[in-house]
Amino acid sequence: MVEEISFALSEEQQMMQDTVRQLVQANITDGIHQMDENRQLNNQAVQKFWELGIIQSMIPEEFGGYGMDSSPVLHTLMLEELAYGDMTFAIYAMLPAVFVLPIVHLGTKEQKELYLPEFCNTTFFPATLAINELSIAFDVWNCTTTAEKKGDKYVINGSKCFVPLADESNFMIVVAHYEGNPELFIVTKDSTGVKVGDREKNSGWWALPTFEVVFENCIIPASNRLGDSSAITWLLQRTKTALAAIGTGISRASYEYAKKYAKERQQFGESIASRQSIAFMIAEMAYEIDAMRLLAWKAASTIENKLDATKLSYLAKIYAGEMVMKITDYGVQILGGHGYIRDHPVERYYRNGRSIAVCEGMAII
Amino acid sequence: MIQLVTPEYLVTMQNNLHKLAEGVLRPISRKYDEAEHEYPKELDMFKNIKVMARPKKKKEGETSSSGEEKKPKRGANLGMVATIEAMCWGDAALLLSFPNAGLGNAAIIAVANDEQFERFGNKWAAMAITEPGAGSDSGAITTTATRDGDFWVLNGEKIFVTCADRCEVVVVWATVDKKAGKSGIKSFVVEKGTSGFTLEHLEHKLGIRASDTGTFVLSDCRIPYNNILGDPEVKMSTEGFKGVMKTFDNTRPMVAAMATGIARAAVEFTKEQFEQKGYTFDYKKNVSNVSAVERELYMMEANVEAMRLLTWRAAWMADNGQFNNLEASMAKAKAGRYATLVTQRCCELLGPVGYSTHYLAEKWMRDSKIMDIFEGTGQIQHLIVARNVMEMSSKELK
Repeated sequence: MVEEISFALSEEQQMMQDTVRQLVQANITDGIHQMDENRQLNNQAVQKFWELGIIQSMIPEEFGGYGMDSSPVLHTLMLEELAYGDMTFAIYAMLPAVFVLPIVHLGTKEQKELYLPEFCNTTFFPATLAINELSIAFDVWNCTTTAEKKGDKYVINGSKCFVPLADESNFMIVVAHYEGNPELFIVTKDSTGVKVGDREKNSGWWALPTFEVVFENCIIPASNRLGDSSAITWLLQRTKTALAAIGTGISRASYEYAKKYAKERQQFGESIASRQSIAFMIAEMAYEIDAMRLLAWKAASTIENKLDATKLSYLAKIYAGEMVMKITDYGVQILGGHGYIRDHPVERYYRNGRSIAVCEGMAII
Repeated sequence: MIQLVTPEYLVTMQNNLHKLAEGVLRPISRKYDEAEHEYPKELDMFKNIKVMARPKKKKEGETSSSGEEKKPKRGANLGMVATIEAMCWGDAALLLSFPNAGLGNAAIIAVANDEQFERFGNKWAAMAITEPGAGSDSGAITTTATRDGDFWVLNGEKIFVTCADRCEVVVVWATVDKKAGKSGIKSFVVEKGTSGFTLEHLEHKLGIRASDTGTFVLSDCRIPYNNILGDPEVKMSTEGFKGVMKTFDNTRPMVAAMATGIARAAVEFTKEQFEQKGYTFDYKKNVSNVSAVERELYMMEANVEAMRLLTWRAAWMADNGQFNNLEASMAKAKAGRYATLVTQRCCELLGPVGYSTHYLAEKWMRDSKIMDIFEGTGQIQHLIVARNVMEMSSKELK
């Protein structure tokens, strides 16, 4: 039972936030522009994050992990910090969690035995989630990918987009309609009928390899159904909150860059920050970022208390989706023409920020 | 540890207050909107409820854990903003009319000495800051207080005083030394009935009509020397003035909570109306896949939640002894503006139902507008936030 509200980080939360912040500062901040231009994240940075043991800690000891209770609030804090460095780093580094967490929470003993030990090694082990589809106003609840039961198999048909690291991931969870409800299915890449397409070219996420994945009469064993018809509700609460946290991180990056610029940039003999038209934009960015963060925290805290966060995670995501655009737009606008040039990161935040409202399930808490 | 699930005791309190707001305030909401300035006698039942209370002072040697089992710390400010939101869901103007819960009471609780608290603690206290020539610029007030032996003599005009008619005492801001600027500004308790202290007229307003806003004229008004709140000495620093302004760090979250309460009332009513028309809100659909009306209502709900969280954070900080000047202004900047926008939009979505005085939606639109004005306009809040986050002085960012 909850006894009192707190907006303060615990020592553990503070420590983890600091650790991730330092890791981002040391490995992402300076190089991210070039990584974005080169369409390639620094693998060492991903590996360094892996070595913090976040993914392994979620896995029960009997399957080779550290067996700690995974904390949605802690993951929310981490995702904001990672996304402050870059959204692509947040998705990339935490990607294995989109496979591991559902297995830990919803999987059968056999599923856990089969997959979890693979994630308990010292090198980054990719796995992914195929949820988005290339359609207008994509809605998970109306996804067109289907699963059909045939004897002791499921047959999956449909095509997914925005599947991160699909080329190097041997395991993925696929969201497909089954008996009137989207459900989760474990698909290994060697299953018949799985086709990983070319790497996608998106408006943003340049440093993140994402792929189209087509399922053509893809056959998987019946034992690969993950959870039941309620699995999607479980999943979306956690992925929506994760995207809200990422949106907060991107927004904060844009805000801090624009704020520093506004104070330094001299026009008419004084800093542009001393003009209310700029200062009020900065103020609005400041409190909207806090509002986004608090909404994400509240949803995460609700999940952590094992309560239903369907509504709160939904509100957190739509709020973040709208506000991240407002804030990253302001970020570009405050820099004026300079903001439009790729030498400054605000245009990247703008492109990446657009994705929050557009996609689902890119990360999990 | 971050913990944002509303604790059980607060949920219970919210539920009880909701029933009270629904049972007592809502039924008379329209009545006193129309009977502008008439005292809502139904509120007498709240006379003995201490909405604002002075924290008990510990006697010497007394420890907090004297035999009692250790209870979780329950914040007074958090309780206050939760209470205010619940009551303003009922009616904000009626909450402003609660006996003995004026802004002056907040000031007396905060700065009165024991002797003053003895005299004024149980009286309904209004607050008089604004003047015809001094709105947001409260450092520019011209009402004067001149010492004359054991008395102060006050001269000037005060406008926009809430509870002007119903209050028993007024906390008046006046300068004891015009040359000293802000450091010369002090606050004084003036009792009703003091000669030279006249309630000149009551205002007719856009909203919160049940609240009696008025103008006072002070003309050679003599009050006892001991009615000055705080240090009478004029120091050549603005510390004193800053101290007075600090009261706003506590009252701004309260206004943000009022705004949240009204906005929630409007959104809930609008949702109910649309649900009766067959709309469902299930928090599943992509907001790009629903009607414009549904999308807006989802966004408005998200905004109300954001308003509440910013407000609760500012209150929680005050409860935990943290300096919350920035967070208090953030809460008010967001909540004041968005309550205005949300209630306007609800009326539009509701169409004629939103405009007819048969329902309360139009009233909420009028009532909420003041939330972006009093206790510092939205623009002032944005200035405070911007100066804070950019570490700029009021000279660097005007």
